[in-house]
Amino acid sequence: MTQPIKFYQTGTFTVGNRLLPPEQRSVQSSIARDNSLNSGHRACQGCGEALGARYAVDAAMRATHGRLIAANATGCLEVFSTPYPESSWQLPWLHSLFGNAAAVGSGIAAALRVKAHKAGQEQSDIRVIAQGGDGGTTDIGFGCLSGMFERNDDVLYICYDNEGYMNTGVQRSSATPPAARTATTMPMGPEPGAEFGKGKNVPLIAMAHEIPYVATATVADLRDLEAKVEKAMSLHGSRYLHVFVPCPLGWGSASCDTIKLARLARETGLFPVFEAENGQVTDVTTIRRRVPVEEYLRPQKRFAHLFGDPGRPDLIARIQAGADRNIERFGLLGSQTSEAS
Amino acid sequence: MKKQIEGSRAVAESVALCRPDVICAYPISPQTHIVEGLGELVKSGELSPCEFLNVESEFAAMSVAIGSSATGGRTYTATASQGLLFMVEAVYNASGLGLPIVMTVANRAIGAPINIWNDHSDSMSQRDCGWIQLFAESNQEALDLHIQAFRLAEEMSMPVMVCMDGFILTHAYEQVDMPDQAQVDAFLPPYEPRQVLDPDDPVSIGAMVGPEAFMEVRYLAHAKQLMALARIPEIAAEFEQIFGRNAGGLVRPHRVEDAETIVVALGSVIGTLQEVVDTMRDQGEKIGLLSIRAFRPFPLAEVRAALGGAKRVVVLEKSFSVGLGGVVSTDVRLALSGIQLHGYTVVAGLGGRAITQDSLLRVLGEAIEDKLEALTFLDLDWDIVNRHLAREAETRRSGPIAENLLRDLGVVGAKVY
Amino acid sequence: MLQVRIHGRGGQGVVTAAEMLSIAAFEEGRHAQAFPSFGSERTGAPVVAFCRIDDQPIQIREPILAPDVLIIQDATLLHQVDVFQGLKLDGYVLINSRHPFDELGLEDIAERFCRERFITLSATEIALRHLGRPLPNAVLLGGFAALTGLVGLDGVAHAIEHKFGGEIARRNIAAATEAYEAVADATRSGASVAGASQEATE
Repeated sequence: MTQPIKFYQTGTFTVGNRLLPPEQRSVQSSIARDNSLNSGHRACQGCGEALGARYAVDAAMRATHGRLIAANATGCLEVFSTPYPESSWQLPWLHSLFGNAAAVGSGIAAALRVKAHKAGQEQSDIRVIAQGGDGGTTDIGFGCLSGMFERNDDVLYICYDNEGYMNTGVQRSSATPPAARTATTMPMGPEPGAEFGKGKNVPLIAMAHEIPYVATATVADLRDLEAKVEKAMSLHGSRYLHVFVPCPLGWGSASCDTIKLARLARETGLFPVFEAENGQVTDVTTIRRRVPVEEYLRPQKRFAHLFGDPGRPDLIARIQAGADRNIERFGLLGSQTSEAS
Repeated sequence: MKKQIEGSRAVAESVALCRPDVICAYPISPQTHIVEGLGELVKSGELSPCEFLNVESEFAAMSVAIGSSATGGRTYTATASQGLLFMVEAVYNASGLGLPIVMTVANRAIGAPINIWNDHSDSMSQRDCGWIQLFAESNQEALDLHIQAFRLAEEMSMPVMVCMDGFILTHAYEQVDMPDQAQVDAFLPPYEPRQVLDPDDPVSIGAMVGPEAFMEVRYLAHAKQLMALARIPEIAAEFEQIFGRNAGGLVRPHRVEDAETIVVALGSVIGTLQEVVDTMRDQGEKIGLLSIRAFRPFPLAEVRAALGGAKRVVVLEKSFSVGLGGVVSTDVRLALSGIQLHGYTVVAGLGGRAITQDSLLRVLGEAIEDKLEALTFLDLDWDIVNRHLAREAETRRSGPIAENLLRDLGVVGAKVY
Repeated sequence: MLQVRIHGRGGQGVVTAAEMLSIAAFEEGRHAQAFPSFGSERTGAPVVAFCRIDDQPIQIREPILAPDVLIIQDATLLHQVDVFQGLKLDGYVLINSRHPFDELGLEDIAERFCRERFITLSATEIALRHLGRPLPNAVLLGGFAALTGLVGLDGVAHAIEHKFGGEIARRNIAAATEAYEAVADATRSGASVAGASQEATE
């Protein structure tokens, strides 16, 4: 009698995915992976974005059998991946401006459609991703992003969210969390760091456009990230993936803590991990072991002003309240029904 | 085939004949009829296969164009005035990347104060960005230039701006000779990109370039525009062979050979100027006219050759550089370096103010007698200007300028402009 | 060169009238240029449109300051806007009104010109009868053709067909034809209002 044996994926590659059927294994575990973002790029040690992008783009390449074009916004990813005269990209790649990756993606998709029609095909076999950081997506790129969603252009947009304008020296973006220190939200005065009551939730805004697929992911669950990319590439129309990527330099965290911090962001409830289709939440990653926000905040120097003597326990409490709200809203503990669906 | 249609319609039909793959535009007066016309042609299936994207801003329009062109699609957009400014970052990006996008600029004034009427401030504001700039004298030339523009852009791998006067040309019904598809196909081959996003041959486009190579990359853009100086007349000549008429080229001189006074201008005002010059010739004046058709690259040699023998040059332009004076006249002066002659700048038609034959006869008459100031604003109402300056000298809280002037003018609607 | 200036209000088809006139001239093998005195779309505001007709290609682009013909689509403009500005001394004037010209209070002005070339046409009334809507622009072109003889009714009909097509064109052509005949009658008989029905004159 045979019995399926479950092997639990851990956050490391110690087992190397060998115990999973091939199609469920991480793209990165395959010797045939594309290495779309090849080694030799100039990212910082421990860069969450480099990790996320490598996984995401290779997963998209596998899903499309290598028939993929990428548009990239200005930002860390673009800068560290293309230090003149080198490029670490192994797929066709276009960097235009800071705020237009989504529109450029729309343009690429439009040209591909016409080329396909000219060749007598219903649609092109070549797919498009557009990618950028939180700055280029939630702020300066917001108009183009909404336009792409509204037209339902056939592009997967991936936002690598490290909660600030990192490449220019760690300034605040609309993705910067409350109380975080940045160069434009210094830890001084009555409300040190980024102010509460600001910022925007782009995944929810993407859902409001009722596009085919919206998902969030982190670099703590890399296989989940890949699966979401593959799911997205199995669909057509506008799709949005928001990936939480810690930035050791900008956050003042240890470069070896990147994946741990991403996991803590999920486990505190500060970063809800979910999927949605056509404006409705379809799946939520529940928190396995709930953790108070302090555990997440402490290892990051950008929150150092909240600790110490006397510190700001009141602000920590407000951050905790925000996490509690997310847990309630998205049903992150699994037992309650969520508001978000 | 001869047709009596609106200028915008003529451009829409000629762009359609060029078989664009992607059209992306955001509406702005006075370009709206062009993109509406093209939208209709795509929707009806007459222009197919073609993707028509209704974008959410001009910045998005040029960005979509960049993505499309980089993927090997023949791409077209159109804008004017505020819209052109809104997309400026992408305009520079397109020329910096060497993408052969063709864009119509339906020349319109830039605010504040907001003004929807014609002048050249919009395209002039982008004269340094690396796009080729061609100016149309008439609707026939506008439609002809778009066909030449795609050919020129794709050959040179650089974007081309076709400038046509907003309202004056875009909204005028005139007779045009619309080519047929066979003629355009004979003139304009399919787009063969120099660089293209292709999974079978991946490249990275848009890398950062530091001090070690930036100057060289930028110089190459300049070098290519200088090469365009030779190609533009050649393409115009090839065009004439297939379509049977003269359109485009660098400059068009009219009766300059023995002229003592030569007027220089761009765009639709040339028509009125030509009539005035002919009238003055009938009166015995040795006067000529030079129409600049390619403004970028600026045809220094051709302008010098046409104007060098005159005693005086009057540059009549619908643009000016605040705090300095003429824009076009500055470039013309450069062409005339070292040649002694009287140079006059006449700024006219800003914000759509009509340029009449009477005013032209008067101001050119003054020029011929060398009684003109170096810089003249044609038909300026000095009374109103001085009244406002006095008002400001008197009160700190003098209020918005535009509103004050309009009040001084009384009921604007009563005037027939 | 013939220069026609058309005055009206936004929404009355003034611009379309100028365009149709240019198409009519084109159909008759002449050169024509039509353009509006450009403005943002606004119903009710005074609007001016121009049309030049010539046997040679037309190259000037200034507004028409010395018209040979004036068409006034809305009589409420008469004492509000200087519609007669620049009119040639032998110019024609066609005014959309059911009142005879004498009752419009323009005698002082008309005296300076060729009085017999000023006529009113009850175009709105004709339009209402044929189209059911107060759109006098095509109607006035029929009147123009009869008043000046500078464009034929056939040309006007072709232009209307070109612009509108279908049933709307048919009705506009009928209305324009009625206007043409009314103006032709009036000029023959020396009356100063064409097309007005008995009851309409107050």
